[in-house]
Amino acid sequence: MGKKKSTVESKRAKYGYMFVAPMLIVFIVFSIYPILYTLYLSFTNFGGFLDPEWVGFDNYRRVLFQDPTFWESLVNTIRIWGINIVIQVGLAFVLIMVFSDLKYKIKGLRVFRILFYLPNLIAAASVALIFRLMLNTDYGLLNTFLLRINLISDSIRWLDGTMLAQISVANIQTWMWFGNSFILFMAAVQAVNKEVIESSVIDGAGRIQMMRHVKLPLIKPILIYVGVTSLIGGLQLFDVPYLITDGRGAPSGSLRTVIVYLFNQAFTYNNFGYASAIAFVLFIIVMIVSGLFVLIMKREDVRNFLDARKRKKAKL
Amino acid sequence: MKYNEVASNFGKMTRKERSKQTAVYTSIYVGLGLLVLISVVPFVLVMMNATRTGDAIVRSPLAIFPGDALRANWELLMNRTDIVRGFVNSSFVSITSTFLSAYFGALTAYGFYAYKFKGNKPLFVFIIVFLMVPPQLAFLGFYQFMANLGLVDTFIPLIVPMIANIGTIFFLRQYAEGVIPKTMLESARIDGAKELYIFHKIGVPMLMPGIATMSIFTFIGSWNNYLMARIMLNSPDKFTLPLQIANLRAGNLWVNNQGAIYLGLAITIVPIVLFFIIFSRYLVDSIAAGSVKG
Repeated sequence: MGKKKSTVESKRAKYGYMFVAPMLIVFIVFSIYPILYTLYLSFTNFGGFLDPEWVGFDNYRRVLFQDPTFWESLVNTIRIWGINIVIQVGLAFVLIMVFSDLKYKIKGLRVFRILFYLPNLIAAASVALIFRLMLNTDYGLLNTFLLRINLISDSIRWLDGTMLAQISVANIQTWMWFGNSFILFMAAVQAVNKEVIESSVIDGAGRIQMMRHVKLPLIKPILIYVGVTSLIGGLQLFDVPYLITDGRGAPSGSLRTVIVYLFNQAFTYNNFGYASAIAFVLFIIVMIVSGLFVLIMKREDVRNFLDARKRKKAKL
Repeated sequence: MKYNEVASNFGKMTRKERSKQTAVYTSIYVGLGLLVLISVVPFVLVMMNATRTGDAIVRSPLAIFPGDALRANWELLMNRTDIVRGFVNSSFVSITSTFLSAYFGALTAYGFYAYKFKGNKPLFVFIIVFLMVPPQLAFLGFYQFMANLGLVDTFIPLIVPMIANIGTIFFLRQYAEGVIPKTMLESARIDGAKELYIFHKIGVPMLMPGIATMSIFTFIGSWNNYLMARIMLNSPDKFTLPLQIANLRAGNLWVNNQGAIYLGLAITIVPIVLFFIIFSRYLVDSIAAGSVKG
């Protein structure tokens, strides 16, 4: 019987291949091949017109050791991401404390979640244009408003100063993403047994203690997830910094993120080979970050597992 | 215990406790209200300013009531860029992308779920690894490859790769586990149904809630896609909305024609917000389930 069944199944295996084949072909042609082709280009001096010429590791040597602009762009990218993630996570923490409080029952979680998520729906291209208008030094809405309520006496140059421009872009990123983080964190807190939280209240835990010892450990995995996905996305930040000023990272290169730099190397200066090497260096950085992420998650699992066993043993 | 008592014994509270509680509630809701304002004000401004002249916006940028310049703004906008064309292009690219991603995503996921074949598991794992690989990083090779094939300035590079939408496949493969009983497929086979027929008549309907969820995100992502469209499309009559919007930023007509720019923004934003609000119930839950890369 068993043998017969397996022959029927193996006959049917061909349908498995047929069902998966269209996707696999497209995947190889449009995803794998371009990655390998980018890798190949990174070892050439391809400029977009003449045939690519093999140059070995020259491009990589240049990226890593001879191009301060690349490292500046990496620092810019990380700085913008860093400012953003601190504010974003801080805000999301305050929100989960508010919405999971036992004494003060705050209503309307469903509606608030939707409203806070709205900024994430707009195309980054539109976001850049909206804030370019709103943050304009002379006639932008924000300065007009702050001047009118007498909070400031001179217009603030939101997008004209180097540090301020980075802070502005970081805050725009926060505006776009805090709702997403809040939804994820809140789901993690809600997934917990209510009794756990209630019993810790009986044990006399205050709000801050509860946040530290009960809620924070619960959302730690999701916190790592949010942190790393946002770092991977953040390292590839392009649309907003590219579109909010001149497309080359003005003011003074402070908004030149790695992808903005790469884009200009490729499509403004036609240095496709060099730009491909930048792409792969960034790719390796992203992979290292992802790898660390997996390691941290794994270690977390191991520790949880060991803790659970210890507790079990203690009970016995 | 302390907290529960306070919460349930509102009537027994002293006046002092009660007024403290009111103060806390008020300040929390005021804070949340401010946050809602920050999230929503840009939307309201875009809508209102779309109906006001550039002059009116400069003179009183804080007025949040509509003006009467909608028609004038429309004409100004259409002079700068054919926004109707952009809307049609964006709709075509997003709808076909979403359809391909949904159909082939379901087909592939079903194939991985319903059939035992050599290499099933390793192949699936291999594909999933690419969830971690940012597609942005291969766009130079992708661009050159498309250029070699003569596909630059066509919609094909924006649409066809959606057949292999890894996130959707991964999600639906996991989803299939919970909703399609294999015995059901078996009994359909005994009734003599063909494999593709079984997929269409049993697989697709059962996967439908999952397909719908993923489709909403595919649609939003495709509608908002800037970088790929920027690289692939050259001629203005092929431009999608984000490209047209990005082009509005150039030019020195800023102050006088602001209203027209806001109208352009409104046209790109309104459909997606409506779309989201209609489906928000499913969306928020699936974001919370972590099924969507953030």
